[in-house]
Amino acid sequence: MSALPVIALWLGALALNTWLSGFDTRATRLAVALIFGATILILWEMIVRIYAIPPVILPAPSQIGASFAANTAILWTDFVQTILKGALTGWLIGALAAVLTAIVIDRSPFLQRGLLPIGNFVAALPIVGIAPILVMWFGFDWQSKAAVVVVMVFFPILVNMVAGLAATDPMQRDLMATWAAPYGASLWKLRLPAAMPFLFNGLKITTTLALIGAIVAEFFGSPTKGMGFRSSTAVGRLDLPLVWGEILVAAIAGSLFYGIVALIEKKVTFWHPSQRRQRG
Amino acid sequence: MTEAAILFGPGALGRVLPILTVLLAIVAIWYLAAVWMNSTWVQDQAARADTVLTTGDLVRQTLTLERPVLPAPHQVAMGLWEGVAGQKITSKRSLVWHGWVTLSATLAGFAIGTAAGILLAVGIVHNRAMDQSVMPWAVASQTVPILAIAPMVIVVFASMGVTGLLPKAMIAAWLSFFPVLVGMVKGLRTPDAMQLDLMHSWNASRRQQFWRLRLPSSLPYLFASLKVAIAAALVGTIVGELPAGATSGLGARLLSGSYYGQTVQIWSALFAAAILAAILVMLIGVLERLVLHRMGLAR
Repeated sequence: MSALPVIALWLGALALNTWLSGFDTRATRLAVALIFGATILILWEMIVRIYAIPPVILPAPSQIGASFAANTAILWTDFVQTILKGALTGWLIGALAAVLTAIVIDRSPFLQRGLLPIGNFVAALPIVGIAPILVMWFGFDWQSKAAVVVVMVFFPILVNMVAGLAATDPMQRDLMATWAAPYGASLWKLRLPAAMPFLFNGLKITTTLALIGAIVAEFFGSPTKGMGFRSSTAVGRLDLPLVWGEILVAAIAGSLFYGIVALIEKKVTFWHPSQRRQRG
Repeated sequence: MTEAAILFGPGALGRVLPILTVLLAIVAIWYLAAVWMNSTWVQDQAARADTVLTTGDLVRQTLTLERPVLPAPHQVAMGLWEGVAGQKITSKRSLVWHGWVTLSATLAGFAIGTAAGILLAVGIVHNRAMDQSVMPWAVASQTVPILAIAPMVIVVFASMGVTGLLPKAMIAAWLSFFPVLVGMVKGLRTPDAMQLDLMHSWNASRRQQFWRLRLPSSLPYLFASLKVAIAAALVGTIVGELPAGATSGLGARLLSGSYYGQTVQIWSALFAAAILAAILVMLIGVLERLVLHRMGLAR
């Protein structure tokens, strides 16, 4: 009989959401998503308590929250080490290098035809695999994590940026030519702005890649801090609530990172059709 | 007409030549880098043995080290060949065996992820409540670096007595479901109002609308997503092998290579994984062409 309240709650939330979704306004859309998330959390908590699932298998959300609150100092050090130092530095360097390379490639059709297929190909390969090599080369500290992130984010951004620089139509380029615009001016005033939507597409894709690269690289050696290091050692000590605390940090950091990039995109490419409010 | 042009048709040379040039440049840079990065060690050894190295000796020695900082391309190729053809397939040193362990988990995870992605997409397209509640969280789920969860997923499954293929497959599935979901939702929504109205005026049921219109028009999107998803599944499997102390699979090969400083082993495993990914993506591409051709959708 203990399954009864679980099923009742689930059906109740489902009915509420079905009813709410009929209105389809901005507020109800938000409410529906929030109710869905809250329902899952409550169901999770209920199931763990009712069936007395040991925390080693699945800690309840309340336990995770308690562990998160109790370990804020540790989590903060790990956050600084992995996300701020490793992922963010690597992402910035990688993005900058990719944009500059794309501009160089853009001037040479020969390089474009040669490098792009290879770039596309490399972007699909399991690049995380180079982590052990880069850890060997750059040492255990965050520099090697940043190096892994640089390589991981480089190709997706490069491919997007090259496509973006080629995205102007012949009419626009002809117009620049009739105005006798030098290369620099046509790059700065026409091609770079036109490439921005593509660039931001690449930047958004690579936000999670950056976190993944930095965390996975820590499995191959790390100083005694960092999110990857902490979660693998905490698993060893069966301190699962702490691991889930790290996951929570990763989730929050990942969402924030993505959100900030998306926000900047909105400011930079406000003119693009995809940014205008549309009804689906 | 050159021979290449006769073999591959006109224009093939123009397409292949730039790629070959870039590849050649990469190999050349790789050799130079190998000499440069390994030279410190070789020179230290020579200084210790009180011998003077000529440039020729230096180059020869840097390219034949047992544990180089950067193995030369031919060393990696040798390592790959040794791992693929030089061992019995059942041997623990065989890359074919390790590759198979990784491949089986990848394919299982890919199948689970694709099925979940398609089912969710069908639900989202047909049910507004599901669209509004699931979609935002599916998007949010991708900002979580799942690979951070990999060690835990494996421990959790192990504590329930499930080891081997399934835990790795779950990670692969998690990574591959999202591209499929997004592509499929987009694909199922491609039919425009005109086409849907036409179906409506023919008095087609929702089921008929789905099978005859929505599903066929979503296939190009599906295949584009599948290519992304299978590469992601492979990455998920390899990373799933890293932290759990697995002894088989390409990920385990990478990890043990990094423990014992066997650089050639790391590079061979890396290239094996890359080749596997390339083959898988290519297979999906072939499947795509076949299916779209059969359905008259090929461009």
